[in-house]
Amino acid sequence: MATIELQKVEKRFGDFQAVKPMDLTIHDGEFVVLLGPSGCGKTTTLRMISGLEAVTSGTILLDGRNVTWLHPSERDIAFVFQLYALYPHISVRDNIAFPLRAQGESKETIEKRVKEVVDLLQIGHLLDARPGKLSGGDQQRVALARALVRRPAAFLMDEPLGALDADFRESMRAEIKQLHIDQHATTVYVTHDQVEAMAMGDRIVVMSDAEIQQIGTPSEVYYKPANVFVARFIGSPGMNLARGHYSEGRVRLKGQNNVYAVPDDWQQALGKALGGSGDVLVGFRPEAARISADGPIAGEVYATELQGAYVMLYININEDEIIHIRAERIHQHQIGDTVRFDIDPRMVRFFDPASERAITREAAQ
Amino acid sequence: MATFYETGPGYPVTESIRVDRVSPTARRIHAVRAFVVLVFAIITLIPVFVMGITAFKSRADVVSVPPKIIFKPTLEGFVFLFTERAVVSKVRLPEFQKKAEAGELSLFERIALNTGQEITGPSDYVDRLKNSLIIAGISTILSVGLGLFAAYAFSRFPIGGKDDLLFFILSTRMLPPVVVTIPLFLMYRQLGLHDSHLGMILLYTVFNLSLSVWLLKGFIDEIPIEYEEAALVDGYTRFQAFYKIVLPQAVTGIAATTVFCLIFAWNEYAFALMLTSDDARTAPPSIATMLGRGGIEWSAIAAGSLGFLIPVVIVTFALRNYLLRGVTFGAIRR
Repeated sequence: MATIELQKVEKRFGDFQAVKPMDLTIHDGEFVVLLGPSGCGKTTTLRMISGLEAVTSGTILLDGRNVTWLHPSERDIAFVFQLYALYPHISVRDNIAFPLRAQGESKETIEKRVKEVVDLLQIGHLLDARPGKLSGGDQQRVALARALVRRPAAFLMDEPLGALDADFRESMRAEIKQLHIDQHATTVYVTHDQVEAMAMGDRIVVMSDAEIQQIGTPSEVYYKPANVFVARFIGSPGMNLARGHYSEGRVRLKGQNNVYAVPDDWQQALGKALGGSGDVLVGFRPEAARISADGPIAGEVYATELQGAYVMLYININEDEIIHIRAERIHQHQIGDTVRFDIDPRMVRFFDPASERAITREAAQ
Repeated sequence: MATFYETGPGYPVTESIRVDRVSPTARRIHAVRAFVVLVFAIITLIPVFVMGITAFKSRADVVSVPPKIIFKPTLEGFVFLFTERAVVSKVRLPEFQKKAEAGELSLFERIALNTGQEITGPSDYVDRLKNSLIIAGISTILSVGLGLFAAYAFSRFPIGGKDDLLFFILSTRMLPPVVVTIPLFLMYRQLGLHDSHLGMILLYTVFNLSLSVWLLKGFIDEIPIEYEEAALVDGYTRFQAFYKIVLPQAVTGIAATTVFCLIFAWNEYAFALMLTSDDARTAPPSIATMLGRGGIEWSAIAAGSLGFLIPVVIVTFALRNYLLRGVTFGAIRR
């Protein structure tokens, strides 16, 4: 198992900047998820680590060994493709044994290793089938087996669950996670699905516009987004961002007469970041809003969605500003009703609308 | 056909099939279609059939009007095809008759004698056929082999001016071959390639290359690049990935291309007529020249053409599974 280090790694396709120079260290045994919307450069990054894509500049270290210009076959990494890429003309057994044959392992070793990994993934009954005959999930298991059988230094997975049905995706998610816990193998996992990223990652690297937006644990990116993009992108729906103006411990929200009193522990940070007063974005997750008759913020119910355990309220707090609030099912809210709510002071966040970066209390100290 | 009529109303439907394929109307339409196809097949096969029976007809039967379908088969055509003959003079006739009675004459000699001729030596038909086999065979292997590598490169690598190059390759087929035969003839004489196997192999290879590059590129484009990438990451070199992954999946395309190239090289007439005279002369022009000598030997021409058909039929038959299989059932969902 290995540490992967990217130092100022960059990729350009002609004039198009696919990945801006990025630094990233993936520790030994870590499960790191590259998360971002399509076209953000996450797959290109993964392909650069694998060697399927050459870097424009920068250095890639694998356990301290410079592999930047090594052929993919010399890097000792395994790649799981979204569409599995199982060789259709040979059996499942031969597919799994394929990487071992490249290393010139003996017949006995190959047989033993294939058996081990097949037992681990419980696909022994599929060995003689052709990949085309298998279900999507079984194909994915075979693809995982082919990656595992080599005992590579690291696993790279490019949206491996993207082609599966929704309910199946969840169980495979657990399987892959369990496999990672068993094997403790360094894994880089690419996905555009933030639920998947939150569920699986030890750390999440949120990417957008060809650069890293934030690196952090799932709870860090969820509760302490580094900027407006991460706040909006993580969570479904994303974080509410209400526009307002800060001065003297209060944020006057745009439009109606909503004045939010900033918690004491934030006032110093806001004052410093905004130079006393200025425009600010108040960020809070739908579950951070507490509906109460004397809440400082008021809005009109625009739509309601029953989500099963709770109701998601769409509240119009300004002419064109809709925020989401998670409400208990027992409250009956009709469209057009006025709702007042407060924000849990532990879960409120502030962003600078100009730079779109988070304002942090740490920076103020 | 048989399985078709076992499905439909009154029969249990045991496999997934659309209603419009087994409804009574569909069955009638299908029967009409099958009939039309059968008629077409018969029409197409008539010339081959006529050629086949002509090869076994005697000289008299060949020219009879109306043409005979039922006749006494003879090997005359084949004797004429494989031998050089001369008219037996009246003086020597008794000598031959004596030999015949003693059973000293071979089958071919007896048949020749029936038409009043004696065999003076073997004809060059076998040599011509051998030339055809060598030239068509090697040029097909070369054009498919080179075409495969070129097609792979065009399909997978960023090549400067790729589209222009592909167009240039195709453009070699844009003028009729006859137009270039004279310049080629002059060039080949200068280079000493005239009437040589090498010259003909080169010519047919170059000519077929455009076809094979374009055909194979289409087939290789169909193979998802992920397969090779998976092989690269799994520890194989680019060439190993090509050999172990691309090649087996391109087999259908390779087979189809091989048959096309072979048929072209095998049937080519104009170049062979102009650029060969003896050593490297192939079968098509030589069969045609049989027309000349002392009356038209229809049965010999038919026999020669029949023999000429066989190798192509064998190759096509051997590759029929690949030709018919079409797309492979890939494990990549698109």
